[in-house]
Amino acid sequence: MKCVTVDFDKCTGLGICESLAPDFFEVNDDGELIVLKEDISDADLQEVEEAVGGCPTEALKIVER
Amino acid sequence: MTDPRRLVVVGASLAGLRAVEAARKTGFDGEIVLIGAEEHLPYDRPPLSKAFLGAADESGELAEVPFFRTEQTLRDELDVDVRLGTPATALDTVARRVTVGDDQIAYDALVIATGAHARLIPGAEGLDGVHPLRTLDDSLAVRDKLEAGARTVVIGAGFIGSEIASTARKRGLEATIIEALPTPLVRATGHEMGAAIAALHELNGATLRCGVGVSAIEGDGKVERVVLADGTTIEADLVVVGIGVIPSVGWLEGSGLTIDNGIVCDENLWTGVPGVYAAGDVANWLNPTLGERQRMENWTAAAEQGAAAARNALDPENARPYGTVPYFWSDWYDVRIQFVGSPEADEVRLVDGDPGGGDRWVALYRRGDRLIGALTVNGQAEIMKYRVQIMKGGSWDDALAFAEKRRIAHEEKLAAV
Ligand SMILES: Cc1cc2nc3c(=O)[nH]c(=O)nc-3n(C[C@H](O)[C@H](O)[C@H](O)COP(=O)(O)OP(=O)(O)OC[C@H]3O[C@@H](n4cnc5c(N)ncnc54)[C@H](O)[C@@H]3O)c2cc1C
Ligand code: SF4
Repeated sequence: MKCVTVDFDKCTGLGICESLAPDFFEVNDDGELIVLKEDISDADLQEVEEAVGGCPTEALKIVER
Repeated sequence: MTDPRRLVVVGASLAGLRAVEAARKTGFDGEIVLIGAEEHLPYDRPPLSKAFLGAADESGELAEVPFFRTEQTLRDELDVDVRLGTPATALDTVARRVTVGDDQIAYDALVIATGAHARLIPGAEGLDGVHPLRTLDDSLAVRDKLEAGARTVVIGAGFIGSEIASTARKRGLEATIIEALPTPLVRATGHEMGAAIAALHELNGATLRCGVGVSAIEGDGKVERVVLADGTTIEADLVVVGIGVIPSVGWLEGSGLTIDNGIVCDENLWTGVPGVYAAGDVANWLNPTLGERQRMENWTAAAEQGAAAARNALDPENARPYGTVPYFWSDWYDVRIQFVGSPEADEVRLVDGDPGGGDRWVALYRRGDRLIGALTVNGQAEIMKYRVQIMKGGSWDDALAFAEKRRIAHEEKLAAV
């Protein structure tokens, strides 16, 4: 199963990931990123890949688990 | 046409790097040449007016240079022929060649990502302590002056100028911002919001002077003062010029590309000349998502366009349009400003918070009956929800109803704690 991980030392809560994959990511009022779900189905993969590529701080990674 | 064997990318910054990476990701195994005018490996610009300028941390370390990739990654993993330190000076679209120094570099596919360079104030170049802020070298020079406790004057109250003033204040230094227009940030955010955001400066101890021009920057060898059109003089050890950028297209003269506020491209980022695509701050393209021609000056568009332009350049038959809801952010003092969409609107409406009395608010932008933009100040939890709505072509009424729900939810949450 592929899943997404966040490096919270890098993430600055800019939220680009949220706009590209809103089912996976949400930024809260304090500007912290909440991961709504980690496991990525094949149908969702492209969307999550876009979010990973869109993150300005390169905080997101897709890993095999 | 046969498969392209050599991709040349001119401009070794964000868009250029993303072009190279996307080319390899799509499985392109031909040659890639990346040409950059600066001596440096590709680095990230947004930190240069923010964290990079900050004071040393507890251990006495200043921020590190935000390089994107190591030379080894570029050469070995991405197998790129990286040529830094010499600009491309000409493009021959018939022979399909780029001139770099004494070399002629042939291409099958070309991505132009030469970005933009800072607009300068004529006559002030010779003075020590007067800097634009576009490059790593600029930022290093500005940081040196801030370290030395410079009294700072920023010319131009745009986002970058504002971030520098904010950094100077955070270091406890005097900061004055001079803006020629009556209201700052109008082009980026519209009138109402431009004024509201600009008020943050005074709240944080910086001086903002609007509607007055600069008549001279004076000093003997090094800058000593800035003289305004109304005769006021402001003592300064550092003057940062933040009056906008110019797309870097000078080298394309005679190439036959259409130049008008950058390189004119279609929605596929194609210039209309076989094999030649453009991306990033230099590209003036037709954004299908908003149905308007735009030249972005923001990180997200440069990154995404770089990748899209390379994919299309390598496989023109299957080219895909690149559309986006523009997004930018800016960090001043302890406030994060975020904007999505377009500020060209028929109406701007405040839907949450109050710029007059608070440090958190949300404003929506209407064009016709459609939501076209959104601005938040410390509204990180809100902004991207509107980006999604704009992407889907959501209506103004739906956006207002949604905003009202969010506002109530936010109030209830505050009341609960
Ligand atoms: C200080 C600063 C702060 C910023 N903050 C933000 C922010 O908070 N949020 C945001 O969204 N955006 C921000 N931006 C904007 C963002 O950094 C740019 O949109 C982005 O860098 C554009 O990337 P690019 O690759 O298109 O162009 P550039 O980064 O301008 O790179 C172009 C490169 O091409 C090179 N070049 C030019 N001419 C030639 C030639 N003839 N031959 C070879 N090479 C050439 C240049 O030397 C340069 O390295 C900021 C920019 C600056 C300068
Ligand atoms: S895009 Fe990157 S920095 Fe922004 S919230 Fe998502 S993970 Fe964090």
